[in-house]
Amino acid sequence: MTNQKSIAIIGATSAIAHGVAKLYAKENARFALVARNEQNLAVVAQDLHARSASYVSTHVSDLKDPSLHDGIVDYVVGDLGAVDIVILAHGLLKEQADIDHDADATMEIFAVNATSMISLAHRFGCALEKQGSGSLVGLSSVAGERGRRVLYAYGSAKSAVTAFLSGMRGRYLPLGINVLTVLPGPVDTPMTSGRKLPLMASVDEVAIDIKNAIDSRKHVLYTPGFWRIIMAILRAIPEGIFQRAKF
Amino acid sequence: MTTPVSSWGRYPGASHTSSRAPEWKRELIDEVQRHENVLAHGLGRSYGDVCLNDGAAVIRTHRFSHLLSFDRVQGIFRAESGLSIAEMLSVTIPAGWFTPVTPGTKYVTIGGAVANDVHGKNHHKVGTIGCHVRAFELVRSDGSVVLCSPSENTALFRATIGGMGLTGIITWVELQLVPIASRMIEEESIKAKSLEEVVELTEEADADWDYTVSWIDVMATGNSLGKGILLRGRFAQTPDGSLMRPQPKPIVTVPFDGPTWLLSKPTIAMFNALWYNKQLKRSQRRMVDVEPFFYPLDAVGNWNRLYGKRGMLQYQCVIPTDGGVAVMKSIINALQQGRASSFLAVVKKFGSVESPGLMSFPKPGLTLTLDMPNIGKQLFDALDRCDDIVASVGGRVYAAKDARVRGDKFIGMYPHYAEFIQHIDPHFSSSFWRRIHNT
Repeated sequence: MTNQKSIAIIGATSAIAHGVAKLYAKENARFALVARNEQNLAVVAQDLHARSASYVSTHVSDLKDPSLHDGIVDYVVGDLGAVDIVILAHGLLKEQADIDHDADATMEIFAVNATSMISLAHRFGCALEKQGSGSLVGLSSVAGERGRRVLYAYGSAKSAVTAFLSGMRGRYLPLGINVLTVLPGPVDTPMTSGRKLPLMASVDEVAIDIKNAIDSRKHVLYTPGFWRIIMAILRAIPEGIFQRAKF
Repeated sequence: MTTPVSSWGRYPGASHTSSRAPEWKRELIDEVQRHENVLAHGLGRSYGDVCLNDGAAVIRTHRFSHLLSFDRVQGIFRAESGLSIAEMLSVTIPAGWFTPVTPGTKYVTIGGAVANDVHGKNHHKVGTIGCHVRAFELVRSDGSVVLCSPSENTALFRATIGGMGLTGIITWVELQLVPIASRMIEEESIKAKSLEEVVELTEEADADWDYTVSWIDVMATGNSLGKGILLRGRFAQTPDGSLMRPQPKPIVTVPFDGPTWLLSKPTIAMFNALWYNKQLKRSQRRMVDVEPFFYPLDAVGNWNRLYGKRGMLQYQCVIPTDGGVAVMKSIINALQQGRASSFLAVVKKFGSVESPGLMSFPKPGLTLTLDMPNIGKQLFDALDRCDDIVASVGGRVYAAKDARVRGDKFIGMYPHYAEFIQHIDPHFSSSFWRRIHNT
C-alpha cells in the first residue's frame, strides 16, 4: 500500500496510545515506539505487527530524564526518516489523597506529565520544523482545565501541557505543522483502574476520536465530545463555589 | 476497591476479595502469586459460577489482550488469553480467516473459550475449539510457565482444555483458523412441525452443511412439542469483496434490569409462538452476514438484564444418540411440569470428532440448551429431575452453563474426572468447583 504513515509514539505502552496505534496499524503504518518498560514495549510491537503494521521499531528510554530526550528525537528521525505524526502519550496518575503530604511525589507527577512532555514537545516541534511538515499530538486531560482539590497535582501538570501546546500551535500553524491537544475525560484504562469515575469512556471510542482528529488536522479535541460542554460550564463557575462543590 | 464481577446468568452472586485487571504478563504472574485462592475471569459470559470465585480472588483478563502473531498465509493466530473473539475477528476476517469454532457470542475471551472448550454450530464437522488449539502457555501458582500442545506437556494440555480455569492461568493461545472467501453466509431456514422432524432435518443437513442448529419451542405441547426451525449455513465460496466491510456494533443496550413480568411465562410463550410463525414458508433461503448468523443476540448489549434481578438459569445437556428424541421429550416434559418457561431452546447434534480436553462437555448425541428466568425452587427441582434423566442415559450437563447441578451427578458424568483432578493447581479454585465438592 502506498502512502503509509510514519508514526512516532512516545509512551507507546499507554492504553490510549496503543488504541490509536492499532487503528493506524490496520492502514499498514510504520511505527517507532518509545517507552520505559522493555518487555511491555516488545509486546506492543508484536501486537502492531500482527495487526498489519508494515514496520515497527522500539527504543527503551526513561522519559522522565530530559537529558535523554535529544536521543529519543534522533532515534525517531533516524529510524523513520520523514515523520508524519508524533504522539506524546506518557503520563503518570496518582491518587491526590496519597500525595497531599508528599512534595516529592507531587514533583514527580509534574516531572513526568509536564516537564518531560513539554521538553519532548519542544524538541519534536523543532524536528518537524526542520522537515517542514507533520503533526504533533499531545495527550493532555480535561483535568488540566481547572484545578480541583481531588486531582490538582496531575491537573496542574496537564494544564501546563495544554497551555504549552496551545502556544506551539500558534507558532507552527504558519509552517504547515499541526499541533493537536487531546483532552480526554476519564478513560477506562489501567491508569484509572480501581477508581470509580463518572462518565468513563472506553479506550476504543477515545482512540477513534483521536485518529479522526489527527487525520482532519484538528487543533483541540475533547473526547468524548460532551466534555467540551461540561468543561465550559465548570470553567464558568466562580472559584468560591467551585472549590466547595464536590467534583 | 474491588470491581464487582458476575456471570452472564447473574445467578449465583459472588463477592471477591480482589478483581484486578492486569495488562502485562509480569503483572499477571505477580497477581497469580499474590493470592492463596484465585481464578481467571474473562468477559463473564459463562452463565453460572464457573467464572466466579466467591470469597476469594479473581484476575480479570480482558486487558491482557495483545495479539502476538498472525500468519496471514497459514492462518495461524496467537494472542494473549484476554483477547475477545470479537477483536480477533476484526483482524482476521479482513485477511480472509475465521475462527475454527465460535460459541453464540463473540464477547468471550480466547482463554475462556479454551477453558470451557466451547463448541458451535459446526461441531458435527470439526469438534470443539480444543481440536484447533495448536498450543498455549500456562502459568501455574508455583511460578512455572508451561508450553502445552498436542505434542508437548500433553497431560496438562488435555487437562486445561475444558479445565474450567482450574489448572492455572492461560497466558496465550495459538489457534489454527479456517480460510473464508467472504463474510457472507448462505443460510437456509426450514420449519419443522415436531421434534422428530427437527432431528430428521438435522441429520439430513449435517452431511452437506458446515453449520447447523435448530431453535425449538419447548412451551408447545402435545404433537407440536418441540416444533421449531432448523437453520443451516455455509460461508459463500466466491470472493465478493465483503471481507473488508466493518463489523457492526451493538445497536441497542439494555440500560437497566427488566421487571419480573417482562420475561415471564405468558410473554415468553407469546414470543415463541410469534417467532415460529414469522416465517410463513416452509423453507427460506438468504445471504446473511456472519454477525446475524453466528451472533444474533450480540446485537443487543446486556440482554441478560432483561431477566431482572433474579437472573436466569441456563441448562445445557447432551443425550447420547440412541433414543435421543424420546429422552429429550421427557426432559422437556419435566421442565413443563416444573412450570419452567424458556425462550426458544437450541437443539444441535454433536458429531464424533473428539476433543483432547479431559473435561470437555460434548459427546456424540443431541444437545439441548434452554434459558429460563430464575423462578426459584420449583425450577431447581425440575432441573434436578432433568439431571437424573440425563445421567441415566449416559449424558452430561455443561459446566459453563451450570449454576446448580449436584456434585455427585456431575462427577459421574465425566469419565476422566479422576485423571483431571491430578492436574488442578492447588491455588486455583472457583465457586463452581467448591459447589461440586460440597453437594
